Amino acid sequence: MSAQVNQDKRYVMAIDLRRCVGCQTCTAACKNANATPPGVQWRRVLDIETGEFPDVQRTFMPVGCMHCANPPCMHVCPTTATKLRADGLVTIDYDICIGCANCVMACPYDARSIQHIAKYAYGVPMKSEEARFEPERLGVATKCTFCKDRIDLAAKTGQTPGVDPEVTPACVNSCISDAMHFGDIKDPNSNVSKLLAKTEHFRMHEELGTDPSIYYILDGEEA
Amino acid sequence: MNEARILDRTVPRQQQEWDIKGALNFILGGAGSGLLVAAPFAAMLRADPRPFVALGLVLVAGGLFSVWLKIGRPWRAFHVVRRPSTSWMTREALIAPFLFAAGALGVFSGAPLFILVAALLGALYAYAQARILKANIGISAWRRWSCVALIVVTAVVEGVGIVAFASPFWPSLAPLGFLLAALIVARYIAWTNYIADLRRTGAPKGTLQAFDVFAPRFLILGHAAAAVFALIGAIGHYPAALALGGAFAAVGGALFKYTLVCRAAFTQGFSLPRTPARGRGRPGPGLQPGWEPPQAN
Repeated sequence: MSAQVNQDKRYVMAIDLRRCVGCQTCTAACKNANATPPGVQWRRVLDIETGEFPDVQRTFMPVGCMHCANPPCMHVCPTTATKLRADGLVTIDYDICIGCANCVMACPYDARSIQHIAKYAYGVPMKSEEARFEPERLGVATKCTFCKDRIDLAAKTGQTPGVDPEVTPACVNSCISDAMHFGDIKDPNSNVSKLLAKTEHFRMHEELGTDPSIYYILDGEEA
Repeated sequence: MNEARILDRTVPRQQQEWDIKGALNFILGGAGSGLLVAAPFAAMLRADPRPFVALGLVLVAGGLFSVWLKIGRPWRAFHVVRRPSTSWMTREALIAPFLFAAGALGVFSGAPLFILVAALLGALYAYAQARILKANIGISAWRRWSCVALIVVTAVVEGVGIVAFASPFWPSLAPLGFLLAALIVARYIAWTNYIADLRRTGAPKGTLQAFDVFAPRFLILGHAAAAVFALIGAIGHYPAALALGGAFAAVGGALFKYTLVCRAAFTQGFSLPRTPARGRGRPGPGLQPGWEPPQAN
């Protein structure tokens, strides 16, 4: 099964695992930008410790929705709430989703959440939480959007996602070690195309045929 | 320790979204659709198929009602029919009204044609349920053809088992014990093939542990005891034995589906082909924490 979308652009993320220090600033930036409730993290950083003392290693791996070009979540979605856009973003229409969780099971990246009741950091809503509460997100699947409002803004302003901060995902903007990069992989001159051309990288669970849009850099030239 | 420390969701974890209410769609829906498939066999043995068709419809409806209680936005449930092109959940939902119509016509008219059409739609419904699971590639225990075969065979075993359970009311159903025993053997083959498939291709440790705990009861009560009682009932014309065999077979199937959805459905987790080289350090070996690696041939 493959997605039938003719893509003229494809926005991807390239994450240099050599540079990520596990500071979770991207996690916090995402929560701030998207007002996700407690227990829901659209962007998170895995902390993987390997080896035996004294030869040990820690690897930090930011994960979230991989915005697959062949998204299993979309194929199983019975409602058409999950869609694949022409620019490669996988989106959820909260007004259509019924919260059946089929997409949650289909996603091999554990990227989707369903929150059935409103939750607040301290039990009762703070004013900031009240102001940003979105009732349409209750009882439906939610996940990282690649900050699609910013990508959509780029189409109006002519700015370049991944280059201009106003139209770049919050997590990428926030990265203190310049580990995260964003751009159009269909453009050979984009920052991510150039970076991926000179580095060794992999994509998570490619063997499942999802064609994910997050590339993890392991070696090669630095950005 | 060569394995990654368990932090956040690096390792596979049991899925939390489909609890018993979600599992009941497969437990009741599978048994109900299997009962629709089994009803014509009851008719062939001079038993009235209509109670079985009626019970099958009730079970399928119960499964759908249960999952309706589970979904986040139940009042939009009819949106479920919007993606027939790829979604097996949509296809299951589209089969259901035809299944209920054919079954209801069969119950009220008693016409064999409707009973047969309901049986065919029951088989389709069970297949659609199996494909719902297979399409969910985030769950290693589900995304395989061996799981589809096991789910479909289990549905038919449950259906025939429930008909066999009614044999004290219709002693003419005694020969059904042979069919039930044969189907139990088929389910055993499907089960062993499924477990071998999991071990051959690699699976989350939690999945294998869940099945290791479940397997002895499933094999002894759901298969061996069920088949022996079914054969005793068929050969000796003991309806009580046949009923017991049917009950063991059906309950075993239900418990298998509960285990499959609520105990063994571990997520994929994450992996690395190798760890990155940082600074002057060297890259480390790859890892897939929480997974039992594929067995060597």
